Amino acid sequence: MEKQSPDWTDAMNLLTAHRQSRWTVKYTADRFFRFLCLGSVIFLGAVLGAIVLFVSETGFLVFRDVSLSEFFFSPHWDPEHGKYGAAVFIAGTLYLTLVTLLITTPISICVAVFIAEIAPPWLRQWLRTLLDLLVGIPSIVYGYLGATLLIPWIREHTGAPVGDGFLAAALVLSIMILPTITRITDDALCAVPNEWREANYALGGTTFQMIVRVVLPAAKSGIAAAVILGMARAIGETMAVVMVIGNVAQWGFDLVTPSSVLTSHIVMQILNVDFQSTTNHALYMMALLLLMISISLIMLIRRLRLKGGAS
Amino acid sequence: MNDQATLLHEKTSRLHIRRLMNRLILGVVIIISLAVFFVILALLYTIVKKGLPNINIHFLIGPPEEIDAGGGVGPFLWNSIYILVLSLLLSLPIGIGAGIFLAEYAPNNRIMEWVRGAIESLASVPSIVFGLFGYALFVEYFQIGVTILGASITLALLNLPVLARVSEEAITAVPSTWKEASFALGATKAQTIIKTVLPAAKKGILTGVSLVACRAFGESAIILLVGGTSSSGQMWDFHLFSEGATLPVHLWYIQSEALVADAQQIAEKTSALLVLMVLFLSFIVRFPLWLSQRKK
Repeated sequence: MEKQSPDWTDAMNLLTAHRQSRWTVKYTADRFFRFLCLGSVIFLGAVLGAIVLFVSETGFLVFRDVSLSEFFFSPHWDPEHGKYGAAVFIAGTLYLTLVTLLITTPISICVAVFIAEIAPPWLRQWLRTLLDLLVGIPSIVYGYLGATLLIPWIREHTGAPVGDGFLAAALVLSIMILPTITRITDDALCAVPNEWREANYALGGTTFQMIVRVVLPAAKSGIAAAVILGMARAIGETMAVVMVIGNVAQWGFDLVTPSSVLTSHIVMQILNVDFQSTTNHALYMMALLLLMISISLIMLIRRLRLKGGAS
Repeated sequence: MNDQATLLHEKTSRLHIRRLMNRLILGVVIIISLAVFFVILALLYTIVKKGLPNINIHFLIGPPEEIDAGGGVGPFLWNSIYILVLSLLLSLPIGIGAGIFLAEYAPNNRIMEWVRGAIESLASVPSIVFGLFGYALFVEYFQIGVTILGASITLALLNLPVLARVSEEAITAVPSTWKEASFALGATKAQTIIKTVLPAAKKGILTGVSLVACRAFGESAIILLVGGTSSSGQMWDFHLFSEGATLPVHLWYIQSEALVADAQQIAEKTSALLVLMVLFLSFIVRFPLWLSQRKK
C-alpha cells in the first residue's frame, strides 16, 4: 500500500473532527429536547399543584371563623350577619346536576344509538362533525338563548313570576352537554365488535333486541364515563348558569323559583368582597369543593376505564 | 296436528309482535334524534339569522357606546383574538412538550401514573377555579388590576392539561414501527419525534388544538374575573395591561347589566358573531387537515 500524502491525512482528520462535532451537536440537541419536554411536565405539574394548594389554603381559612357543620349543613347564607352556611349552594349544584342528567342522559344515549347503529354512513359522518362543532359553541351563547327564549317561554307556560331557576338552568345545561355525552357514547358503541351484532342477527334477534341486549350492555362502562364527563361539565359551568338561574341564595327545590349554585354564587360575589374577609375564604372553600367533586368524578372514570379494559 | 298449528300460529304472531316492536321503537329513536338535531340547528339558525344581517363593518371594528345606540364591539372582538393568540402561544409549546414527555420519555412507573391521573383530573376542573386563582394572583397579589396579560396566562393554564392529554394520546397512537424505522436510519430520539412522530400525530393534536381554541375563545368566567368587563375602548390596542373583556363577557354584560339603548340588538349581533367565529375557528384549524386527507 502506498503511503498516504500529508494532505490526505489532514483531510481525513478534518472530516473526522467535523463528523464528531456534528455528532456532538446532534446528541446535545437530543438531550436538550428531552430536557425541554421534561421541563414542560415539571412546569405543568408545579403550576397545577400551586393552584390546588393555593385554593385549598385560602379555602380552609374559612374554618377559623365558621364551624365545619355550619358551612356544610346550614342553609343560611348571610355574610352581613355572620352566617356562612353553604348548604344552599351545595344542594343547589347537586340538584341542578341531577335534573340536568335526568333530562339529557336518555336523549343523548338515544341520539348516540341513532348515529352508531341506525343512521346510514353518509349521515353518520355529517352528524359527528356537527356534534364536534356544537361542543365548541361558547356556553355563554346557550345562556343567552336561555335568557331570551327559554325564560319568557317558562314564564308563559308555568305562570311563574320570574321564570329563572333550576328548570331553565337544567334545560340550558342539557343542550350544552348533550353533544359531549352523545359523542363519547357514540365512540363507546362503535367499539363494540361487529361479530357480536352479527351473532344477534344469526340468532334471529331484531335490531332493537341487539341494541338493548348486546350493544348497550357491552358499552356500559363507556356510557357511564360519558355521563360522568357530562356531569363534570354541568357542575363546573358558570356563566350560562348565571344568566338563567336567578342568583338568589334561598333554600328550595322548586324548579321555577330563582336560586343559586356554587359556581354562579362564586362568580357573582367574588368581585364585591375583600380578599382577607371570611366571605372570600368561604367562596374559595366552595371552589375547592368544586375542584374536589370534579377530581373525584375523573378518578371514577379512570377506575371505570381500567375495569372496562380488563374485561 | 291441531296443537302444532296453534303452536306455529303462536310463533308467527310472536314474530310479528317482535318485528312490530322493533319498527316502533327504532322509529321513536329516529324521531327523537332527528328532533334533537332539528331543535339545535333551529336555535343556531335563529341566532345567526337575527344577528347576521345587521352586522356591518362599523359594528365589527367600532368602539362601544355607554348610553347611545349604534356602538360597536371592535375592542372586544380584538381582545378576544388577541387573548386567544397569546394564550395559545403560551400553552401550545408547554402543553405539547408535556404530552411528548408523557408519551415518549416517561418511565412506566407509579409516579408517572399519578401525574397522568392528576393531569386528566385537572383537564376538566371547572374554569371558575382557574379564574379564582388568576384573580388572586394578578389582581390581588401583583395588583396589576384586570388585564389582557393576566387573562391570557390564566386561559393558558386552563388549556395546558387538556393539550398535554390530547397530544399524549395522539402521540401514543403512532405505530412504534415508524419510530423504529427512524432509529434504524440513525436518527436520534429528538429527530425521530420531530420528523416522524409529530407529523404522524398531527391529526389528533390539531383536533385538540381546535378544541382548546374554541374553549378559550368562548370562556367567560375566567375573563370576567381576570380580564374585567370593559376594554380600553380603542381598536388594535396591543398593550398587555389594558382591560381585557372579550366578546363572551361583553355578551353577558350587555344582556344583564348594560344601560345602552340598543342592548338587545347588540346582544343579538354579538351572539351571532360568536357562533360564526367559533365555526370559523374550527374550520381554519381543521381545513389544512381535511385538504391533505382529500389529496390522498
